Amino acid sequence: MNDILIAVAIIGGIGLIGGILLAVISHFCDSGEENARLAEIRDALPGANCGACGYAGCDSYAEAVENGSAEPNLCAPGGKDAALKLSEILGVEIELTQKVARVNCNGCTDNAETKYNYFGLQSCKAAAALGGGMKSCDFACLGLGDCQNVCEFGAISVKDGVASVNEELCGGCGLCAKTCPKQVISIVTKKASAVVPCSNKQKGGVARKNCKVACIGCSACVRACEFGAITVENFLATVDTEKCTACGKCVAACPQKIISIVK
Amino acid sequence: MPEQSLWSMVIAVLLAGILTDNMVLSKFLGICPFLGVSKKLNTAFAMGMAVILVMLLATAVTYPIYVFLLIPAGLEYLQTIAFILVIAALVQMLEVVMKRFLPPLYKALGIYLPLITTNCAVLGITLLHFTNQRIIDFAAASGGYESGKVFLVCMANALGAGAGFLLSMILFAGVRARLENPTYLSFYKGYP
Repeated sequence: MNDILIAVAIIGGIGLIGGILLAVISHFCDSGEENARLAEIRDALPGANCGACGYAGCDSYAEAVENGSAEPNLCAPGGKDAALKLSEILGVEIELTQKVARVNCNGCTDNAETKYNYFGLQSCKAAAALGGGMKSCDFACLGLGDCQNVCEFGAISVKDGVASVNEELCGGCGLCAKTCPKQVISIVTKKASAVVPCSNKQKGGVARKNCKVACIGCSACVRACEFGAITVENFLATVDTEKCTACGKCVAACPQKIISIVK
Repeated sequence: MPEQSLWSMVIAVLLAGILTDNMVLSKFLGICPFLGVSKKLNTAFAMGMAVILVMLLATAVTYPIYVFLLIPAGLEYLQTIAFILVIAALVQMLEVVMKRFLPPLYKALGIYLPLITTNCAVLGITLLHFTNQRIIDFAAASGGYESGKVFLVCMANALGAGAGFLLSMILFAGVRARLENPTYLSFYKGYP
């Protein structure tokens, strides 16, 4: 009987001492003062945890904003409202820019040639694994809607084998760009500018054979642009939205008639 | 057995812990973190460092409890329960203290600490100090487990076991990292 009592006393004593020490230490080490502002910042964020800000989720973004290592205007789904609220909490002025997703391909079923008939799983990822997809162009949108499925805002729709983004609805979170196996979608600043809806980096002749609306890299738009906003690299024209004024001269110059102006 | 000097014993135990008595590869303890956190080299390294730290602390605390509390009371059979209790409380305390005073270290090791609270490798090393034949012989030759020398040897044993765990984690993580990202020719891709 005595042995059991000693055993109980020793184990119980160890537990008791451990418990008391834990309670005392956590009482002294608990730092609750800085968390009020952090909670306020987190409440101002939408809580979508989309990762568009470049942080792991709303919590870690809130932490980064709180200690000043991140700008308060990075939240794409929260947009203007969240940015204004955050700047109010922090007491700083901010600059507002909004991001949108853009599909850099216009190879719909009429325009793009096909390599083979695809009857597999209706997913771009699966199709892309099979010889790079069913379209002859290696850079084309496959149009099976992986981006549409992943979009939280219902902003993407697929029509005639090409995805298109409704920029009014788009939150600019970039999930679609991450999902697209062909990396056709890019995230750009929302601003009126010229757009080259093509991703083909092959030489002009090859590109034209595979798709009616391919950029052939002829540089006519580069010569037409008065602001130096267009560059051609790897036989593909890209527009620098910062410099572009949406004047429309490149639209007239393009022999393929593929450049358009987005408002 | 011939008399062994303290430092030759420390080095022998340390090397044995890393190589021949390796926790994972020879004793098969601590397999769950070994498999769970060995996908990337940097997480494997952080986990290994956390295990070393906890093994050293656990030995430093459980050794006196066993030698000066459980043995005199004749309660050796309670060592498993007592050690789990002590190690769990210790790791929780360590986490709280680290969060407050060493935030960078907490960020690097913090999430792994709760994982190894009752890890079998950590509990195992505290128990194995008292069944390791080499340490038992050394204790018999130098005045029992109450001797400070034996405590030092046990700390070396814990450090060696932790370092051995770190070594096997890093080796395995290296292999897994290579297997995760193999490069193969593009025309093989996707075709069954």
